[in-house]
Order: sequence, then structure tokens, then C-alpha cells
Amino acid sequence: MSLSVEEVKARNKELIQDVLSVYPEKTAKRRAKHLGTYEEGKPDCGVKSNIKSIPGVMTIRGCAYAGSKGVVWGPIKDMIHISHGPVGCGQYSWAARRNYYIGTTGVDTFVTMQFTSDFQEKDIVFGGDKKLEKIIDEIQDLFPLNKGISVQSECPIGLIGDDIEAVSKKKSKEYNGKTIVPVRCEGFRGVSQSLGHHIANDAIRDWVFDKPATQEMKFESTPYDVAIIGDYNIGGDAWSSRILLEEMGLRVIAQWSGDGSLAELENTPKAKLNVLHCYRSMNYISRHMEEKYGIPWVEYNFFGPSKIEESLRNIAAHFDDKIKENAEKVIEKYKALMQAVIDKYRPRLEGKKVMLFVGGLRPRHVIGAYEDLGMEVIGTGYEFGHNDDYQRTTHYVKDGTLIYDDVTGYEFEQFVEKLQPDLVASGIKEKYVFQKMGFPFRQMHSWDYSGPYHGFDGFAIFARDMDMAINNPIWSKTKAPWK
Amino acid sequence: MSQSAEKVLDHFDLFRQPEYVEMFEDKKSNFEAPHPQEKITEVIEWTKTWDYREKNFAREALTVNPAKACQPLGAVFAAVGFEGTMPFVHGSQGCVAYYRSHFSRHFKEPSSCVSSSMTEDAAVFGGLNNMIDGLANTYSMYKPKMIAVSTTCMAEVIGDDLNAFIKTSKEKGSVPEEYDVPFAHTPAFVGSHITGYDNAMKGILAHFWDGKAGTVPALERKPNNKINFLGGFDGYTVGNLREVKRIFNMMGIEYTILGDNSDVWDTPADGEFRMYDGGTTLEDAANSIHAKATISMQEYCTEKTLPFIAEHGQEVVALNHPIGVEATDKFIMEVARLTGATIPDELSKERGRLVDAIADSNAHIHGKKFAIYGDPDMCLGLAAFLLELGGEPTHVLATNGNKEWAEKVQALFDASPFGKNCHVYAGKDLWHMRSLLFTEPVDFLIGNTYGKYLMRDTGTPLIRIGFPVFDRHHKHRYPVWGYQGTMNVLVWILDAIFEQIDRNTIVPAKTDYSFDIIR
Repeated sequence: MSLSVEEVKARNKELIQDVLSVYPEKTAKRRAKHLGTYEEGKPDCGVKSNIKSIPGVMTIRGCAYAGSKGVVWGPIKDMIHISHGPVGCGQYSWAARRNYYIGTTGVDTFVTMQFTSDFQEKDIVFGGDKKLEKIIDEIQDLFPLNKGISVQSECPIGLIGDDIEAVSKKKSKEYNGKTIVPVRCEGFRGVSQSLGHHIANDAIRDWVFDKPATQEMKFESTPYDVAIIGDYNIGGDAWSSRILLEEMGLRVIAQWSGDGSLAELENTPKAKLNVLHCYRSMNYISRHMEEKYGIPWVEYNFFGPSKIEESLRNIAAHFDDKIKENAEKVIEKYKALMQAVIDKYRPRLEGKKVMLFVGGLRPRHVIGAYEDLGMEVIGTGYEFGHNDDYQRTTHYVKDGTLIYDDVTGYEFEQFVEKLQPDLVASGIKEKYVFQKMGFPFRQMHSWDYSGPYHGFDGFAIFARDMDMAINNPIWSKTKAPWK
Repeated sequence: MSQSAEKVLDHFDLFRQPEYVEMFEDKKSNFEAPHPQEKITEVIEWTKTWDYREKNFAREALTVNPAKACQPLGAVFAAVGFEGTMPFVHGSQGCVAYYRSHFSRHFKEPSSCVSSSMTEDAAVFGGLNNMIDGLANTYSMYKPKMIAVSTTCMAEVIGDDLNAFIKTSKEKGSVPEEYDVPFAHTPAFVGSHITGYDNAMKGILAHFWDGKAGTVPALERKPNNKINFLGGFDGYTVGNLREVKRIFNMMGIEYTILGDNSDVWDTPADGEFRMYDGGTTLEDAANSIHAKATISMQEYCTEKTLPFIAEHGQEVVALNHPIGVEATDKFIMEVARLTGATIPDELSKERGRLVDAIADSNAHIHGKKFAIYGDPDMCLGLAAFLLELGGEPTHVLATNGNKEWAEKVQALFDASPFGKNCHVYAGKDLWHMRSLLFTEPVDFLIGNTYGKYLMRDTGTPLIRIGFPVFDRHHKHRYPVWGYQGTMNVLVWILDAIFEQIDRNTIVPAKTDYSFDIIR
């Protein structure tokens, strides 16, 4: 029997109280602000966010380095990104995010490589600037086709007083104005990955936009030039998005940053419109381009046909009638496919309940895709969202949805245990916990090594994957028959 | 449009469809300012040359694709091997997210670990408050029996003093006074993950043996007939520790596995999440001081732990990740010698079966050249096994190997006629290995998942043995130690060889006369 909205809210309240009771008093007080229930009509989700994680609680969050190297810079394929500091950060993030790209790795592209200064004790004691200079020389020697270099700071850099900006300037001059970008994304800065995104955005502004262009190429503007901002091409997401924009007659002049190149970054200020998928990680540069170059930006959502169609129309609204008509044609073209996907999978997924916990845009953006399949999201939260994310979330969630910001391992486990969803959709660290508990699970950072999930082509894969997760026969066998 | 609901195409096939292929070409030529193809081809070819190799080996500062991780990863590995223990890493929180992901991707299991979440203010004022709050929260939320503390490089650079911090935290009531909080400083800028294992293991033993940081009297050793066993940092820990226990039980000896993480990284899916499972009991950890001797399977993972144990009066034996007949013989005989146990016939039979298997199959391995990379001990173990099979470990590389290790590998080469043209590379990385594979090609490469990039670039078939293995499932469940474990390694090597032979003989009317059904 399903509960009424009021009953759900009462249950959530009780559940939150239960969960908080395990904490020491001070911690319970702090965590209470991050847990709540969405009340219809409110401007946000009623939780605090973007606040320091509490020590010892098992936060799922990462760090600023992860936000810069791992998210924003790492996918820029023809530049070399140095993980500057000890060996670990680069090692653990090496090729782990599945930012697809095309190129000859190690020759003209470098995304799935791990370049590190592998700091030793002497580098900590005497500083690493000299070593960094030498590293840049050695890169130039051994990887002559690299288009640029970024220096991704790990924790020690900011603590030992290295001047990576000076090294970058000096070396850039030495190599005829080569793009060399120092990034101050030390892991201890900020409260999560989020500040790393911001720092990385600012570094592009200061060290790419505000420098003379380095990539020589013929570029003739058209009225239909757009840039895809905030798509990291995980499993090819940006590609299955780009194809739709091009089909409606737009010209995609840059991808930020999945399968992106330095030339694309440099050319982006020539766009007529920036289309922004991951608001959280790239709203900064979009706002900057609006202020400095007068480029408007529009957020879009390419998960699930309802949101894709709405987004295509929103994007088209920034252009002339031709594009608007094309958008309708594109929507029409994929109608049959979308209907076939829904006809096939909806009967298998109808009424299934989902709990989400992800980063970036996904805690809200994927809700429509689930709803297109007849599923219901009953709980959601952001790893590193800000209040503007929770405001945007109100357009997606239903009255009574459980909200958990920067959820701890313990809280998430308890919430899932009590709410008994049919699917948990979160990350690698959570996956096996919930599978042990008998809950079907999909990773929503890496698409569980599947994808793409963006665009019409991606929705077919999304639907297939959710079906295979939930309806796999193994879930009926977690209890031994004699128990 | 190629997508259909009938047969859903995902990234494996979708992007090979004409509409995408065309889109990629347009993107490249119109927006990426690509280098001319001739230039790219020229550089591709150049990277295969001796000239490039020399430049590559002349690198002094840059590391590219290293085969090592940082200390705290090893500390977490060691800590979860103790009963009910939560690893607590003092420093930035992102590190802990990385360790947990890394282990989960390898073992396909949950990996619980907490951080003290230090941020900018802690960088300025020190992380004492983070420790005080962190210990209190972990203790009340996750109810561990023990919290094992290690450090990230951030805490090390600012010089946080774990001993003093833990003491203060206890005074402030974060955890009870008598509660076990062993610790180890594990700076990421010293050594590698194997050093972290060593430091953490030593820290835990020192805690129990030497008076729990001065809070209780040190234990007095009363020697018994038990032996202690240290596996070291080992991607096959689940399979290996179970195999070692089986062998020890068969031999009827009394033993303590120190850091037994074989259960916590192999829990059942039966409706319950076990944050903790199995592990060395804290009582056994303390009582391990009384053991007659300690045997370490990986010398370079226990460079500090073994001398520490020796100082307490035990005999210590260090092996180098024994794989193969001779290495396993030595392991078994050492255990027998230390404990006075007789080696059971069943084990002799297992040995005989392994020798039999090698006799059946060695013709396919004899004279084949291999490149190996991985942790120092595993390299030694695999190289010794290959030599025993009549194979040639032509290139042996450990990014975290030192000079002494290289000498040991060289001595191994020198002792075998098959080692004549083999070379050892300490402190080198997988970009060096790439040059080696181009300039002095081998038949097979043995290494972890990252070796697949070398396989792609150089065409050398990869045999996945090492840590991490992300792209093949469940390999960690198989032992590689003992006669039966060696049998697994033998089969993996043979499978790769036979698959390669099949691939090379599969062309109809051209090579398929050799596409034999009996090999």
C-alpha cells in the first residue's frame, strides 16, 4: 500500500531523526541541516549545502584536484596534464572517468596517461619548481606534438610555497608563448570537488582566453555556432549530444571538455550561444563569457526524451525559424525510436522506485529519464551541489522526496534500508554496499562502464541498462532457500 | 540513425556507425587544428626507435605511467586485515575517496575507510580538531573495534603529530582511553604503497606489543610454537590467504595471519552489508609477539616490520612472492623447519601434480621471452618461475624497486642459463617499458590492467597478473601462491600463449593448417 504524501513526509522526518541519533550531539546538529524532505512550492530543497564535510563520517566527496584534473582539465585531449606532487593522485584518477576521445595516445593525445612529478622528500624540502621546469623540458622533448601543458597542483604544492605561476610563465616564454597553465587545485582547498571546478574554469579564463591564441586555423564564423559546455564525454555522451545539435543545423565549434582540444577552447569566445549541460562544473566560465564576450548561455538536459525535446526547443529558441523548424524535425525523426524504447522497457520498469546520489547535474537531470520509463525517484542528493543546484532541483522532484546533501556512508545505507527502493543509482564506492544488501544498482558517474546516456541514442542504452539492473534474475537469489 | 530498441547499440558499436564516423572527421578537421597526418605518423614511428629510447631513458624529472601508488593506500590495505578495524586517514578527504574507489574497482567489493577531512584552516592551524571530531564520529557511527590511523601527504607536510593528536583526542573523550588507535605516518612522497603497508603493519604491531603508545606496560614475550604470516600488499590476497591457511591447516601448524583481509574483500551478497568481516583478531595481533617466528611472503613490503619483529626475539624469514616449484618448496620447507611440522603427503602430491603439469606444457613456454612489471617482490617471484619454466624474463621492471632489488633480480638471472639476455630496471615506469618493448620486443607482457595500453601500442599480448586488475573480473579470488596457486599462474600464461597461437593461425587458406585442435 502506498503512503500519502503527508505520510511520506512524516516517515522521512522520523527516519532522519533515527539516523541522526547515532551521531555525537555536535555532529547531529550539523548533519541535521543537510537532511530533509522537499516541500512543494518551496524555492529550494530545504537543506544546507557546499559546507565542509565532517571528519570521520565517511563522506563520498573528493577534492579540488579531482574537480580540476579529474573533471575539467583531464579530458582536454591534446594537452598534457601534469599531476604535480606525489604519485598517488594521478595514479588513482588515471583513465578512471572514461572521458572518450579520438587520437593517437602518447603522440597527439594524452588523456589516458598519467604524467606525474612523483614528488620525493627532497622536493618537499627544497621545493619542486626546478623539477617542474625540467619536467616541462622533458615533455617538450618526448611529446613534441603536445599543444599545451597544465600543472595540476596536489596538496603539497600550496603548502611548500612553490611558485608554479612563475615557472609556467618562464617556460611559456621559452617555448614561444606555448600554453602552459598553472592550476591551484590543491586537494585541501574548498570543501569538495566543486572548488576545483571553479579554479579550473578560472585558469582557462586567465591562461587560455587572456593569452594570444596559439592554434593557427581557418575559422569562419556562422550564425549557428554553439559550444557544448560541461559535457565530459563519459562513454561518449558529448558525441550523442553533438549529433543532435548538428542535425538541427547548429555548428558545434567546441566541446568542453570531453574530446576537447586546445583549439576548441581558444575558439569558444566566437560562439553565438553556449549550451551548458553540467551547470555545477562550468557555470563559471559560461558567466564569464557572457560578461566579457556577450555570449548568452542556456542550460539543457539531454537525459530522456521529455527533457531532450524540451531542451532542443529551448536551444532552438535562441535562433531563427529555420533552426526552430529543424528542432521539430529532429524530434520527429526520433519519435518512433523513443516510442519503441518506451514500449519495450516501460512495462518492465513501471512504478519502480529509485534513490539517487551523484555529483554535478545528475541528481536532478536524470529524474526525467526515469519518469519517461514510468519510474519514480523517491530520494536524491548532491555530493558537492550548492544552493543553486537545490533550487534547480525543485523543478524535477515531487513533493515529499527525501533529500540528503553530502550523504555519509551510514546515512545512505540507513535511508536505503528503510525506503527499500528498487534501484540505487550512485557511484563505485556505494555500488557493492547496496548490491550486498540485495539492491539492484547502477553507477551514475561512469554509467557502469556503459553509455552513452545522453541524447536519443543514449536513452535507449539508459533504458536497457536500468532494465538489466532491476530485472536480472540474480536479485531473487540473495536469500538461501533454507534460511 | 543506427540506434534501435530491438538491438540497442552502446559505445562499443554505436560510434562506429557512419553518422558518427563522419561527425568525428568533421570535428577534427574543422575545429581541432590537428597536426598533419604525416607528422603524426613520423612521431609514432620515431617513438619506436632506439633514438627515442635513449631520450626516454635520459629522463630525470618526469614520470609517465608509473607502476606504483602512494603510501596510504598500502596502510588502508593492511588496516582492513584486522578484525572490526576502520582505517582512518588523517589529511585531505579526496585521497580517501581515491583509495576506496581504487580497491573497489579491483576487488569489486565495498572498501570502507574514513578521512579527517582537513581543509585550508587545518592547513594553517593543524588538524588536531579534525582528529578529535573524526575519531569521535567514526567511533559512534561505525562502531569499529579498532581505528587504524595513517596520513596523507597534506598532514605530513604540515607536520601533524599523530601520537600527540590521538592522545589529546582520548583526553577529550573522542574514544575511550583504553580503545585501540594504532597509527603510522605514511607520507606519499616517500616510497610507495608497499612502504605504506610496511609502516601501517609495523604501527599496529608496535601498538599491541610495545605498550599501546605508553599507556600500558609493553608485552613480555613468552615464546610459543606458533608462527606469524605476513602476506604483504597483494592483489590476490583473497585467494592467496585462503590457500595459505589451507596449506597451514594441512600441515597441522599453529599460526596467525597478520592482516587477514581475505574475508572483508569477499563478502557474500545475502542481503546484509558487512562493513567488517573476518580479519586478525586484536587478541591474536597482540599475542603474535609470542610466536616462534614470522614469515613474510614479500620482503620489500616488510622492510621495517620484519626487523621490528626480529628485535622482539623472533626468527624472521623473508621470501619474494614465491611462485613456482622451487620457490614454493622453499616456502613449505621454511614453514616446516620453523614449526617442526612434517610436510604431509597430500602436499607432496600437490607438488607432484604441479611438476606434472609443467612437464606437460613447458614446450610452449621454453624459450619464449617475457617482459614483467609490478611490485618488486612479485617481479622476483614471476621472474623466478619463468626461468624455471625455461622462459626468459627479458625485461623486469619495478617503478618502486631500488638498487638492492635490482641486484637481487640480476643474481636470479645469473643463476640460470635462461637469464643470460635478461635485464632489470629499477625505478623506471611504463613509458620506459614502451621503449623496451619496441626496441627489444618480447613475446608476452605480464603486468596489471594498465599494461593494456602497452599491448595496444606495441602489439605485445598482455597476461594480466598484478594489481590493480580493473578490466577482468574475479582474478583476485584465485591464489597465485602454493603449488595450486602456481598452477593458476601456469594456466594463465598457457592460455595467453595458446590464444596467441590461435590468433596467428586463424586465416582460412593461408595459415589455418596450423589451426590445430590438439596442442
